Amino acid sequence: MGEQTTDKGMREASRRRFLQAGTALVGGSAVAGLGGAAALAESGSNLPPNVPEWMKAPGDPMGSQPYGTPSVYEKGIVKNISKTLPQYISASGRTPLQELDGIITPNGLFYERHHGGVPTIDPAQHRLMLHGMVDRPLVFSMDDIRRFPSQSRIHFIECSGNPVYTKPYGKTASDLVGLVSCAEWTGVPLKTVLNEAGLQQGARWIVAEGADAAALTRSIPIEKCLDDAMLVYSQNGERLRPQQGYPLRLLLPGFEGNMNVKWLRRLKVVAEPAYSREETSKYTDLMPDGTSREFTFYMEAKSIITRPSGGQKLAEPGFHEITGLAWSGRGKIARVEVSVDDGKTWQDAQLQEPVLTRALTRFRFPWHWDGKPAVVQSRAVDETGYVQPTLAELLAVRGPNHFYHNNAIWPWRIDANGEVTNGQA
Amino acid sequence: MARPEWKAALLASAIGALTLAAQAEEHYGIGRAATPEEIAGWNIDIGRDGSNLPSGSGSVERGRVVFSEQCATCHGADGQGGLGDRLAGGQGTLASLKPIRTVGSYWPYASTLFDYIRRAMPQNAPQSLSNEDVYAVSAYILNLNGVVPADAVLDAKTLAAIRMPNRDGFVTDPRPDVHNH
Repeated sequence: MGEQTTDKGMREASRRRFLQAGTALVGGSAVAGLGGAAALAESGSNLPPNVPEWMKAPGDPMGSQPYGTPSVYEKGIVKNISKTLPQYISASGRTPLQELDGIITPNGLFYERHHGGVPTIDPAQHRLMLHGMVDRPLVFSMDDIRRFPSQSRIHFIECSGNPVYTKPYGKTASDLVGLVSCAEWTGVPLKTVLNEAGLQQGARWIVAEGADAAALTRSIPIEKCLDDAMLVYSQNGERLRPQQGYPLRLLLPGFEGNMNVKWLRRLKVVAEPAYSREETSKYTDLMPDGTSREFTFYMEAKSIITRPSGGQKLAEPGFHEITGLAWSGRGKIARVEVSVDDGKTWQDAQLQEPVLTRALTRFRFPWHWDGKPAVVQSRAVDETGYVQPTLAELLAVRGPNHFYHNNAIWPWRIDANGEVTNGQA
Repeated sequence: MARPEWKAALLASAIGALTLAAQAEEHYGIGRAATPEEIAGWNIDIGRDGSNLPSGSGSVERGRVVFSEQCATCHGADGQGGLGDRLAGGQGTLASLKPIRTVGSYWPYASTLFDYIRRAMPQNAPQSLSNEDVYAVSAYILNLNGVVPADAVLDAKTLAAIRMPNRDGFVTDPRPDVHNH
């Protein structure tokens, strides 16, 4: 009887651990996959003072995974993709921000947005054409692009609709603002490549086009092209993933995601924008008077607490580190403030180095939870002095028909049981 | 879109300086010349003034047939929307609490309609329609919105001459526009 009770207790503890880690969905399948080992783990025989099972026999041999994948116990940490989208050709999938640490998004979890599916492009048959108002129209192979002097930089990319302004608001940090990710990008500065072709007088914009089924087209102001824009072929050390534009994408640090054109095949230097569908019909925002804002390039300063955040649970009162991410399309994060009393008072959070321009910045705030209901939230200030606004402040200016560029402060509500839910819901 | 003169001058000089800086950089001799034929094959962008529209023409009548075969499954027989965006109606709703954004109520340029259909539609077979059929489908959608009459035939000249209802509805980015108090 005693042993059975212990087993039951261990199973219960194990179940709770899965729930706390937010991997309840996967717990079952991971355990099922492990068979006997899991059963032993649950019996406690792998815990002190016993020697765990995985020390008593050799592990998987070299080569079991030619391309490594996360532990079977982490199978639930995947992109957050709605199961009820009307279609999946023009759609988005979110980064599970609340499951990640640091500032670099693993390539497999980088958020996705595509407008005509993900093409499978043979790099040997991919070309970049540079034409329009240039002295020498040029065609580059991928080998050509990689011959240019290279550069690596860490930047975020964020979808402009992250999140929308209207209810229902998401339950988790990923539901809300999972359309942002950050990586180290390697490629060639766009200005270096433009210099090969020679810009002509009157060049003001560059129209970028993707080699996907949407032939997605956006116009980029020439100032950005001659500043920090890059042609990128690698992400976090390896070649771009197909979902991120393999073999070549545009990177426009701080600009809304869709302008960072993936599967880049053409750059046309022009005097005025293309007024493409994606910069007129889409990615424009209605104001209360019926006019619409166009060419809203920059992603303004934003932050989100990722732990504790919606869907998680504080197991018990006591010490809890509050941590999250802050970023600004206009430069570096200067400060992040955290409030644990529903916005009455704010205190500076610690910023984890490195604090990079137009990159995710990790912040931390030590907190002792007294077990009473609380509302926690963060507020970012960037190096321009801009302060992240509240949702009410945004709505008061932009009205309810605005769709993109919501950078509101987002509160999380913690109840007496430690359950965390969306404070705006 | 109008900028104050001094701002435009400042911008011009900044671009001039940047262009000079770029030109001062070394040339690497990487890449090869793009031929006129290669550029012509890929350069399908249509300007808002209708520049680069191809030859050919298409009628509302022909467009109705092509639309029913190629577009109606997703956009509805009358462009009322479905899996795909709603394409017709909504004029006069943009300042209301339920704005309806369609080609007729929202899109500022008819040239963009041609450009987008030709490059991206139908979604299951983009760049499969002839230029004539792209003109025809554009004409049909514009007719659904009352922008062109039922007997309209569009070509490079007539499409470029269309003035869309929301042509002047767009303003440039005024941000930062919201301040935390």
